[in-house]
Amino acid sequence: MTRGGVTGEPALGPPPLRLLVPAVVAGVFVALPLLGLVLRSPWERMPTLLADAAVREALWLSVLTATVATAVCVVLGLPLAWTLARTEHRGRSVVRGLVAIPLVMPPVVAGVALLAAFGRTGLAGAYLLDAGVTVPFTTVAVVLAHTFVALPFFVLSAEGALRSASSEYDAVAATLGADRWTTFRRVTLPMVLPGLAAGMLLAWARSLGEFGATVTFAGNYPGTTQTMPLLIYSVLQDDPPAAYALSLLLVGASVLVLVLLRDRWLGQVRAR
Amino acid sequence: MRGRCPAVVVILLAALAGCGGSGSNEGGDRQLRVLAASSLTEPLDALADEFEADHPGVSVTAIYGSSATLASQVIEGAPADVLATADLDTMTTVEEAGAVLGPTSFAGNRLVLVTPADNPAGLSSFADLSSSEVTFVACVETAPCGKVARALLDRNGVPTQPRSLEIDVKAVLTKVTTGEADAGLVYASDAQAAGNEVQTFAVPGSAQEQNTYAIAVVEASSHGDLAAEWVDLVLSERGQSELAEAGFGPAPDTAP
Repeated sequence: MTRGGVTGEPALGPPPLRLLVPAVVAGVFVALPLLGLVLRSPWERMPTLLADAAVREALWLSVLTATVATAVCVVLGLPLAWTLARTEHRGRSVVRGLVAIPLVMPPVVAGVALLAAFGRTGLAGAYLLDAGVTVPFTTVAVVLAHTFVALPFFVLSAEGALRSASSEYDAVAATLGADRWTTFRRVTLPMVLPGLAAGMLLAWARSLGEFGATVTFAGNYPGTTQTMPLLIYSVLQDDPPAAYALSLLLVGASVLVLVLLRDRWLGQVRAR
Repeated sequence: MRGRCPAVVVILLAALAGCGGSGSNEGGDRQLRVLAASSLTEPLDALADEFEADHPGVSVTAIYGSSATLASQVIEGAPADVLATADLDTMTTVEEAGAVLGPTSFAGNRLVLVTPADNPAGLSSFADLSSSEVTFVACVETAPCGKVARALLDRNGVPTQPRSLEIDVKAVLTKVTTGEADAGLVYASDAQAAGNEVQTFAVPGSAQEQNTYAIAVVEASSHGDLAAEWVDLVLSERGQSELAEAGFGPAPDTAP
């Protein structure tokens, strides 16, 4: 309980100014734009904006596509993360690097790449077109764009969680006669659930904010491909105050994600 | 060791500030910053070369973007000497904010229909847009090119809707040239710039729904005299012929 000796306080002295000053600058740097957004937003217009059909459509589409994209990330990304964490093969680091590329790629480039693959003249798109399927300008394209950029967030979090859940448990389960699928389902999965949830939230938040890949690959049409960030950009061109107010909604969503993640991140820091 | 890191930061910041400031430092060059709608790229670049030739020691830096973005930058005090927008409304906003001096209209631009060079949907005129088989795109209606597109689609009673409302006219052109869309509504000047990459069709009524380009000297300009000379060049016969060559028309009458 009491860590210090006689004084009761460890004699570390006050925090040094050369750490404190940049720390304050960093805090202000992040807080100021958010404050500007809050102060500039026409709050009194918020109810009218929220009642606006185009806004509701975009909000609903954003939530829908982000959620579906997150689900796709789990269905495809969890097996990928497991493969990366639990199997030994030479291509592993190559695959991991490949999955991480969308993290550092400009989203617009991701959109161009998706067009090259799934556009009407793309690698796979040309065959899809023959089969009567066009992907660009559809909600499916939005989900594809979101999945492409959000997948690394989920896979890397899930792989981290799987690695920290030691594979010794797998070995114990094997000695008790469980096959690897049963072990995955009954032993590994329950242990890594919190880590997976964090990865899902990150992927969801990334989807919600996605702009560049979506506008390039899926286009912008109310009800089918116009998500909130696209609506905000469109509105910004002739009604900036409304765009500020709509941006606040997305900031609110980011705050919500942080609150949901607080036990994982903020809590972890506090526990130290 | 002491203080080395902050020193490095200061040097980096100074270098960055240098980039943002008077980019050229060859013997006190004067820099004229022209903020212009991206559709003006080709003619203004040509005029910039001419202006520099006529004004030794002056370099023209043209920054192209969406009119609305540039307008808000000027209102927010971005360093600029001249602003040229693709519509009157945007310029009026800036004028009302007191950020520019007496704008003048200097060109008009009408919309045309473009298809990819191989015209995969086999369009032969604007009327073919009414077929539900045709995937066409236009600008978002909050952008000037989108307002005009909406007016023309309504005026001609086109029953079908664009598949996508792209965020600017260059995005519309890209969707067409990459073959993702069968057709798109772009400015005549964009179609001209795209050359052989597109086939161009006239849009009925486009002459009545033109948008007007406006130019003005920025109030906070530190080279007001040079900026006024630049505006004169754009308005001159030389400037107007450069614009006409790029597919622009004369400024339409402002009466509705």
